[in-house]
Amino acid sequence: MSFDERALKPSVAPASVSVTERAADLLHLPRRKRLSNRKLTLGSFLVAALLLAAIVVIGRMVLPEATATDFTMKNLAPSLAHPFGTDWMGRDMFLRTLSGLSTSILVGLFAAGASSIIALVLGAFAALGGKRADAVVTWLIDLMMGIPHIVLLILISYACGKGFWGVTIGVALTHWANLARVVRAEVLQCKESTFVAVARKLGVSRLRIATRHMLPYVLPQFLVGLILLFPHAILHEAAITFLGFGLSPEQPAIGIILSESMRYLSSGMWWLAVCPGVALILMVLLFDLAGSSLRKLVDPQSAQE
Amino acid sequence: MARFVLTNITKFVLLMLGVSLVTFVLVSISPVDPVQANVGQAAYASMGEEKRAQLAAYWGADTPLFERYFNWLGAALSGDLGMSLRYNAPVAQVIAERALNSLALMAVAWVVSGALGFLLGIFAGAYRGTVFDRVVKGYCYLLASTPVFWLGLLLLIVFSVQLGWFPLGLSVPIGVASSNVTFVDALHHLALPALTLSVTGVANIALHTREKTIDVMSSPYVRFARSRGLSTLRILREHGLRNLIMPAITLQFASIAEIFGGSVLVEEVFSYPGLGQAAVTAGLGGDAALLAGIAIFSAMLVFGGNLIANILYGVVDPRIAKREVTSDEL
Repeated sequence: MSFDERALKPSVAPASVSVTERAADLLHLPRRKRLSNRKLTLGSFLVAALLLAAIVVIGRMVLPEATATDFTMKNLAPSLAHPFGTDWMGRDMFLRTLSGLSTSILVGLFAAGASSIIALVLGAFAALGGKRADAVVTWLIDLMMGIPHIVLLILISYACGKGFWGVTIGVALTHWANLARVVRAEVLQCKESTFVAVARKLGVSRLRIATRHMLPYVLPQFLVGLILLFPHAILHEAAITFLGFGLSPEQPAIGIILSESMRYLSSGMWWLAVCPGVALILMVLLFDLAGSSLRKLVDPQSAQE
Repeated sequence: MARFVLTNITKFVLLMLGVSLVTFVLVSISPVDPVQANVGQAAYASMGEEKRAQLAAYWGADTPLFERYFNWLGAALSGDLGMSLRYNAPVAQVIAERALNSLALMAVAWVVSGALGFLLGIFAGAYRGTVFDRVVKGYCYLLASTPVFWLGLLLLIVFSVQLGWFPLGLSVPIGVASSNVTFVDALHHLALPALTLSVTGVANIALHTREKTIDVMSSPYVRFARSRGLSTLRILREHGLRNLIMPAITLQFASIAEIFGGSVLVEEVFSYPGLGQAAVTAGLGGDAALLAGIAIFSAMLVFGGNLIANILYGVVDPRIAKREVTSDEL
């Protein structure tokens, strides 16, 4: 932190400083007060998190309006009253998109939560369970990575029957592999560290080492990984719903909106596809912002960037 | 060398066993009733209980799971993947026909996205911090958050609906006998799907190459070259390229799973008759045999890509070939 405006306050400045020197200082003052980087990062994390929470709450609240049809208002291009236009049943696309996004977040919440728990358990098991366990988990990860995600998602939702739970289970079962790798590496690193070795020599029980040393060590990376799972989970949910395997047509979902829009593209109703898609991208970017600012906050190496 | 081949063959066999088992179990626990899926809704409703039981026995619906799996596996090893319900042809034949379309699409996207991403990455890295670098970086981050099928819809709106430059879908013109379809026609229909897939594929490779270029540009040998008075372009050509091209190609081979996944979505958007579209039809239509076949085919493709990537790692870095480090540590 190079400069501080306190230096200019007369009470702090030494009495011997001449008027000209003070004036020189004044010229070098930054034009506006700057926030420290950490505060900015924390701020952007909070803003992103709040916005996302707002999307969920508002999306749930406007659900009745989002599905209300009004045939006198159908096929309208975007206007002030309907920022995203209306569809062929006169539903307001902005409200439909909003509740679709909130569904996406909910699917993402269940899926990413379950996925991260699988990752934590398997990652820790691989790192602590010895060579065999490691080989088994590594093979499982290879297996997961060996089939394209979309194909596996189609298979799983075929197995579960379509719908909310099919897609949620599918996304949960396909997204743990990367995070499991991270957890495994972190736990291995922690296991080799001197403070764990000291604790072991001091006769600290294994459970205590796990809860007092390992958990705080792994938790920050784990949380960041969890938040960064959301964008993938949400995009895959939208994709699989778009293909017709995910949520059912009467549920509000971005994938449904976009696959319905395909039938109206040739009649020039571009807003049905463009606006919801842009909204989806913005939401994914918000999750990205939340995850990467949290990473900056918990990772000491980049904390001052 | 012999050990390398042996390890990879073992890996391949184990992986294929795993993939086929997972696929088979998933297909089997599906609530889709095999008899109903095979004879269709109307016929199923009008048929008697006795006939249903007879058909269930015919298709082996009540044989235990593992017995069915081994029967299927034995047949699959001799090249018989069963009959496709939706396309009314042997699964192997459907896959072979469709794979040609899909592979053409994926190959074009693979080459274009690789070349474009590589170039963008090199120049962004070499001129780090400039407007160009920021635009490339912003573009890559934005694309990473963009659903590929939505991008396809966007291109469809702009180029097919508004401008009318490209057809709305399919791989050949409608109403033209297949013998009269020219190569240009096929290319015309391939262009938009391939463009969609290429544009999204750029992000990964560009960002990766950019990082590598920054590493190379801050290395002692580049500093030495600069002190000898070489221009940035010449440094890139003489010192940069050979260090950057192999990792990029390797990465591109390792990303086949993503390109395949993307092609499923793109094919659906453009109604392009490839493997992806067949997988979706099979999944929605209860065609278990075809779905399983495509899953295994895609896993083979991904394994092939990863294998080539691993071999190339060894070519790039002799330490890996000598087993001093593994590719995971890089």
